Amino acid sequence: MFIKDPAQENKIFYNRVIIAWLIMLLFLSLIFTRMYYLQVIQHKDYITKSEENSIKILPLPPTRGLIYDRNGVLLAENRISHSLEIIPEKLAEKLDDVLDQLKKIITVEESDIKRFKRQLRQKRQFSSIPLRHRLTEDEVARFSVQRHHFPGVEILSNQSRYYPLGATGVHAIGYVGRINERELKRIHKSNYLGSNYIGKLGIEKYYEKQLHGKTGFQKVETNVKGHIIRVLETTPAIAGKNLYLNLDIELQKYTEKILSKHRSALVVIDPKTGGILVLASMPYYDPNLFVNGISYKNYQVLRDSPDRPLYNRAIRGQYPPGSTIKAFVGLAGLQHGVRTKYSRTWCRGWYSLKGQSHRYRDWKKSGHGSVNFHSSLEQSCDVYYYDLAHDLGIDRLNKFMKRFSFGKKTGIDITGELGGLMPSREWKHRRYNKNWYPGETVITGIGQGYMLATPLQLAVATATLSNHGVFKQPRIVFAMDDPKSNEMSIISPTIQKIISLKRDDFWNTAIGGMKAVVHSRRGTANKVGRGSRYRFAGKTGTAQVITIKQTESYNARRLAKKFHDHALFVAFAPLKKPRIAISVIVENGGGGSKTAAPIAKKVMDHYLLRK
Amino acid sequence: MNMETRWTNKHFLHLDTTLLLGLLILLALGLIILYSAGGQNFDLMLRQIIRIVAGLGIMLLIAQIPIQKIFRWVPWIYIIGVVLLALVLVIGTTSKGSQRWINLGLFTFQPSEIMKIIMPMMITWYLADRPLPPSYGRIVVALILIGIPVILVLKQPDLGTSLLIASSGIFVLLFAGISWKLIFGFLSVVGAFIPILWFYIMHPYQQQRVKTLFNPEADPLGTGYHIIQSKIAIGSGGIEGKGWLNGTQSQLHFLPERTTDFIYAVYNEEFGLVGAGILLLIYLFILSRGMYIAAQAQDTYGRLLAASLVSTFFVYIFVNMGMVTGLLPVVGVPLPLVSYGGTSLVTLMAGFGFIMAIHTHKRFLSQ
Repeated sequence: MFIKDPAQENKIFYNRVIIAWLIMLLFLSLIFTRMYYLQVIQHKDYITKSEENSIKILPLPPTRGLIYDRNGVLLAENRISHSLEIIPEKLAEKLDDVLDQLKKIITVEESDIKRFKRQLRQKRQFSSIPLRHRLTEDEVARFSVQRHHFPGVEILSNQSRYYPLGATGVHAIGYVGRINERELKRIHKSNYLGSNYIGKLGIEKYYEKQLHGKTGFQKVETNVKGHIIRVLETTPAIAGKNLYLNLDIELQKYTEKILSKHRSALVVIDPKTGGILVLASMPYYDPNLFVNGISYKNYQVLRDSPDRPLYNRAIRGQYPPGSTIKAFVGLAGLQHGVRTKYSRTWCRGWYSLKGQSHRYRDWKKSGHGSVNFHSSLEQSCDVYYYDLAHDLGIDRLNKFMKRFSFGKKTGIDITGELGGLMPSREWKHRRYNKNWYPGETVITGIGQGYMLATPLQLAVATATLSNHGVFKQPRIVFAMDDPKSNEMSIISPTIQKIISLKRDDFWNTAIGGMKAVVHSRRGTANKVGRGSRYRFAGKTGTAQVITIKQTESYNARRLAKKFHDHALFVAFAPLKKPRIAISVIVENGGGGSKTAAPIAKKVMDHYLLRK
Repeated sequence: MNMETRWTNKHFLHLDTTLLLGLLILLALGLIILYSAGGQNFDLMLRQIIRIVAGLGIMLLIAQIPIQKIFRWVPWIYIIGVVLLALVLVIGTTSKGSQRWINLGLFTFQPSEIMKIIMPMMITWYLADRPLPPSYGRIVVALILIGIPVILVLKQPDLGTSLLIASSGIFVLLFAGISWKLIFGFLSVVGAFIPILWFYIMHPYQQQRVKTLFNPEADPLGTGYHIIQSKIAIGSGGIEGKGWLNGTQSQLHFLPERTTDFIYAVYNEEFGLVGAGILLLIYLFILSRGMYIAAQAQDTYGRLLAASLVSTFFVYIFVNMGMVTGLLPVVGVPLPLVSYGGTSLVTLMAGFGFIMAIHTHKRFLSQ
């Protein structure tokens, strides 16, 4: 028999109910405390995390500025190019299967897949990775038809730099390319978040800041899949500025055509402005190859070619200037009172220093007889300048030549310019830890020995001479315009100076001698001046590539082509109010008058006589 | 039951209006937050409203039954329930790696849900007629009766439901007055049982849930993702919340399972600590009223069943809120009467039907 005790049972039950209720109260308070901890004490942390989750900053890449020549011909533009991109999270099948199927439709190379997989490891969720750049129209069409088979694979169009004239002017314009790791360290990263390209060479590099513009930003709210729900804030991108060059692309093209047979460089400057009309270095190459990454094979061809097409001879080629500097050495003589325009030197075909047996030979074995500044330029007499240089001494010569930008950079608006070499005692001591010998001064007088100059330096010096000493920093860019406001700002040379000589008449003497080079019967380049429809001034130059021994003489036929002399020529035209100053060098071209001068004349004719 | 028994009814349709008021407020609040959590999906709302109406209907029906009358059927229903649970393991439908459903053609049916109500009734039936506190022998039998369905549900595997079924049975034992010595002894046995549970019974995914609880940041995109996102939602809500429909964690889908198990995080993101306090007060109100009804019950059947059902309701609340706030591992327990989902809502409403029936069917006691 079970005997229930209701009173006892009730007592226990009420007791338990109260305990249970208190436990519930306690536990719910625990929950509330936890809520307080999360929502009040840790609130700041979590609100930050919540924003990190949902708010993203998207870059709005600016449009890169366009580049035009002085006549408005388009030199660099942005074209739409298509890339195939994959969002791995959205793929319906395995990545490798999808890649296999894609290979049947478009060309996918092993290197593409390698690069893709490398990027795959370091990407963010739901971001897309490019598999192929620069799809052809055919590939775009073929993929579009089959697109529904490929969820998570899409074609994106983006702007790609394009140089419509190809290789023309490449050594001035340069090119853009993908941003590499070294550049990534240097640039302002946030400004390049959406940009694919950065200027690598030439104008594209020098004016990178202006061409690139400013990246805009969009603060957006995205959902968990990265889809944009709404735009919270927009800072629009500021497009890059368009550049207008001094370059005359038509003349550039013409120049490149006539230079194309040689390893050569030619620079044309407008002496009034310092504007570069032509900056040619041959051979050249197509910059479009580099824009989206050049293939290794193509690069190898360019790099290993003996003619070195990638080498910008116009600003980096340092050659012995030879006789082309004689006018400047002569001017130094007048300026320092070592010579007057009437001073005469006897040329017997060689020169030697007192007490030394070494003979510094004149190019003309029989000698030029009695020469002054004028006739020594006209006939390019070496002995006059040997003697003059020795009388001046290297210190005065060095100082004077440097005023014409020999031995230092001209400051052209392209990166990579080299400054040539104007030797001095200090330089030799620094470089070789040796004393300067007088004989070295002698050969410096005819632009041989240690002295080196770039074609650009020769053109700049010639322009300065034609200006009676007004030096203008050479400029490739003439003006920039702001695509937004359409305001055009002219870029003027920042370095302008006047080389003043004791008498302005000195200039006329030098110019007169250079005029005689092309217009007088005895002029070394009188063939190019004959029948010219305008008067001009020029100076030939022949730079020895190898030293000829005292007992030997130069014989082109016996030497390999690469040991042949470099042919040089500098000129400006017309004689009065010059509009064009030019320098040309043809590597291993032989004599300046034979190879270089006719080229310069053709370019001048084309520029001055065209309708 | 003798023929003389008369039932008093001072209540409209046998409903306890105080408890009903609490439930209706909770259901309304649930709909409001579901509207936001579900992305303002009207279909979803409609389905939930239909379920609520069905749940209220079942509650109303059950409230009409004098529960003492149905206790004789309880053992049979219990047996059927156990058989169905066994059957689920054989022919059940699999979803998300566990077998929980029986397809009855017209609708699928989850026997483990029924068990949540049968279990406390069964233990009550077994204990109520004899003197309380129960003897050791009866406690052992009761534990076996609890253990069989719990193990079957664990096998599905469904940790959350088995936890709820086990507690609903154990609560009956606790309210039946088993001695504190036994309770603490039992707790220590459970403590000893935890390693066994960990190594032999828990599935790897369940172990993972416990592991990530203690260190969710270790696997932020995998198993820790739920807890991290849920804590971000709650924490970023602050005191006043981001406002209804303005919770970025939920509206932008960073928070997973936001209409079901994690709806509490949505609620707290949008209504903040103030909202959390209000919701806890509503739950406390319902729990208090339930315990009051249990205390007022006339016989052992009523008081044990009511107290157990209310306590189980509390376990729902605590386990869900505990897991969403990162205090407990993620076991699939919904927030009662708020989370989207049919079966638990209907079962819970049925439970409240019984509680109301206990309160509104009282023998008329003469003098």
